[in-house]
Amino acid sequence: MIPDFGYGLILISFGLAIYSIIASVLGYYKRSFKLVDSARLAMQLMFPLITIASVLLMYLLATDAYYVSFVYEVTSRSMPMYLKITALWGGQAGSLLFWAWTLTAFSAAVTLREWDRDRDLLPWVVVVNSVTAAFFIGLVVFFENPFAKFWQTIDGSVISAMFQPAGAVPFTAPDGQGLNPLLRHPGMIIHPPMLYLGFVSYVIPFSFALAALITGRTDDRWTRITRRWAIVAWLFLSIGLVLGGRWAYDVLGWGGYWGWDPVEIAALMPWLVGTAFLHSVMIQEQRGMFKEWNMILIILTYILVIFGTFLTRSGVLSSVHAFAQSAIGPAFFIFIGITIVISVSLLIYRWSDLKAESELTSLLSRESLFLLNNLLFISILIVCFWGVLFPLISELVTGQKVTVGPPFYERATGPLFAGLLFLMGIAPLSAWGKTTLKTLGRSSWKSAAISTVVVLGFVIFLKMYNPYAIIGFAVVIFSALITLHEFWRAASARSRVQKENLFVALWRIFGKNRRRYGGYLIHLSVIMMAIGIIGLEMFQTETQGTLRQGESITIRDYKVTYTDLAIFDTNDNRNLARAVVSIEKNGKYVGELYPRRDYFYESQQPMTIPGVRSTIEDDLYVLLVDWQPITTEGATFKIYHNPLVNWLWWGTYLLIIGSLVAMWPQKEKSSVREQRKVSKSTILDQSEA
Amino acid sequence: MKNPLIKLAVLAFFFGAAMGITSTVSAQEPMPSDNEVNAIARDLFCPVCENTPLDVCATQACAQWRELIRLKLSEGWNEDQIKQYFVDQYGARVLSEPPKQGLFWLVYVIPPILIFIGVIIFIKALRNIRAIEKEEMALEQTANEPDEYMSKIEEELKGLKNANR
Repeated sequence: MIPDFGYGLILISFGLAIYSIIASVLGYYKRSFKLVDSARLAMQLMFPLITIASVLLMYLLATDAYYVSFVYEVTSRSMPMYLKITALWGGQAGSLLFWAWTLTAFSAAVTLREWDRDRDLLPWVVVVNSVTAAFFIGLVVFFENPFAKFWQTIDGSVISAMFQPAGAVPFTAPDGQGLNPLLRHPGMIIHPPMLYLGFVSYVIPFSFALAALITGRTDDRWTRITRRWAIVAWLFLSIGLVLGGRWAYDVLGWGGYWGWDPVEIAALMPWLVGTAFLHSVMIQEQRGMFKEWNMILIILTYILVIFGTFLTRSGVLSSVHAFAQSAIGPAFFIFIGITIVISVSLLIYRWSDLKAESELTSLLSRESLFLLNNLLFISILIVCFWGVLFPLISELVTGQKVTVGPPFYERATGPLFAGLLFLMGIAPLSAWGKTTLKTLGRSSWKSAAISTVVVLGFVIFLKMYNPYAIIGFAVVIFSALITLHEFWRAASARSRVQKENLFVALWRIFGKNRRRYGGYLIHLSVIMMAIGIIGLEMFQTETQGTLRQGESITIRDYKVTYTDLAIFDTNDNRNLARAVVSIEKNGKYVGELYPRRDYFYESQQPMTIPGVRSTIEDDLYVLLVDWQPITTEGATFKIYHNPLVNWLWWGTYLLIIGSLVAMWPQKEKSSVREQRKVSKSTILDQSEA
Repeated sequence: MKNPLIKLAVLAFFFGAAMGITSTVSAQEPMPSDNEVNAIARDLFCPVCENTPLDVCATQACAQWRELIRLKLSEGWNEDQIKQYFVDQYGARVLSEPPKQGLFWLVYVIPPILIFIGVIIFIKALRNIRAIEKEEMALEQTANEPDEYMSKIEEELKGLKNANR
């Protein structure tokens, strides 16, 4: 009953999406705002319906309804309740439903706004949102139905289908297969929703961009409306990426956070273009330039969002042939193809309307530096895109699979990221329109000198001879000093003029220009993250050894002593081997760590959970690799020393704060508020008349 | 010991004994350490699991492959020989990067070409700036230069003033 009801709701939502598309297009051409508004309401109605469907599926997951095949695939009786519920996005069908759910939520939210000034954009915003929703809901309806039930046929075999096949009887499995052990981590509970929210939020700016292209309103109206959405999308995607890294660090047991895995890169690619867009769109707003480029960037972001979902959901990454065999692979492929054709055609059609209102007038102006920033982001995208695509091409052409792994990406993107960090420092010093080398040099030479001295200090006193680390730290310190100086300059000037306390002045400058100073906070967060990345990438050390109880192994300043090991079963169907190691730093006892190996009986999968000692300075990361099963006298440990890695995680908090500041609505001046009230009442009077 | 055959037999005995001792010594040499094994395993990818380096893969198969590396090291194989052995057995996918040969060159060549095109477009945009800057300078210079037409008018005006006087 519940699955049928849930499926029915999805089916109705699919119908509403189709109606919304047709009604909106007709409304636009017949100039009937009623029809367009009806389309808008139909689109909004999808949200509560998909919400109820999702809640029903969660209920089935929570109540061990093993007559539903999706519930059987992703849960088991021994799983804790929070994991059962969040298993919604632990499998293919559920995650597609979740995608559709978040999309309908955002579409409903964006169409709740006042449309007085943008009535011409509304029909096409509704169309683009509804087409995307129809695609994802369609995948759920026709290919990946999370409500499909088990049936036992006459020959005794069990099949999964929504409706009862002839002669078959309902079948309920005694227990489920359980969620993939790797996904049973707090990071994995939050990571997929964050990524999906990031992905889905980008549909909103894309829909406005396409609406602008179709209607010919190619001024910066669409960028102003969607500015906040673009930051929201960027924030969610950033959090999703960092959480994914944290999950890898905590669960995958290889001492790192980023393995340049194609699934990771699939999420990174829209982030790269989205970040380029956030910078580039400022040039359009300030100088009326790069209109066509911003259109290209937002279209590319949307396509990469769909492409990323396609990569992770179609099975194409495990084998190029799996794509054709998967139910949804070809559907994704066609959808991406149609999106590209329509977007590019519209772009060509409106190209002449997207002419810049002014031109680049200086090599070192802020817009020139932003253009260079965009070039670097797109270069990193090219490396990533080609690195992900090449193994598929190789398999298709030669039949031979290849791995494009970390050395390729690190070599290619390292200098590009360093260039971005440098630009991040120098660009805020540059003015819109015109800047000379002299003025730029005058405002940056002190930071350059201090960073050089500090790095020289690292070389002399800390014996840091790695040239990449030297360059990396020099750029990071340089950018950090300039960004901090920008805060100091603004706050001290305000403090002087307004006669305010320096901290009060600092607080108030945030209120005056939230976007700028929120952006600077984000820059500082990226600098913190860069410190963590440089620390781990350049200075990570590792060692592995087999110890008898009481024996020790040393790494850097640490001494790790194997104390004990216990093997036991848990209530949730796991077998745990848990070691106890005591840690000394510079000869002083600092505590114990408990690295362990979990073996999941249901899925017959092991999972290595490290014991980690975290400080601002470094992480000591201990893995239990092997042990003598009966006596437990000897055990093998792999130990990583990860300097500065916590800066990466802490930087994320600042990134969230900075993004919130940047997207927080600016207080309207009272005169503007009055003007809006007047214009609104005039519009209402006119429509009533 | 005058008999050369006896001499040869004694020599053979001592040579054999020496060889025996040597082989015993080499057999007693410590096996390659985990760190030596991991130094090679780090650059190889698990032939079975997706995108997992061999040194960190937790499966039983990968543990056996790491032991195979240890064995090969103990037999005196070097890093390149061991990597080639894995490539021969499981294909190029075990390497962390495609080998620089044939079609695989494309992975290294295409990104720089595309980035180079981007750089050219960027430089072109910058050249436009220089053209604009030069144009502005030329305009400024022209503005400073005496205009023939204007000076002619001024002369005529002067002439008119003088005539009125």
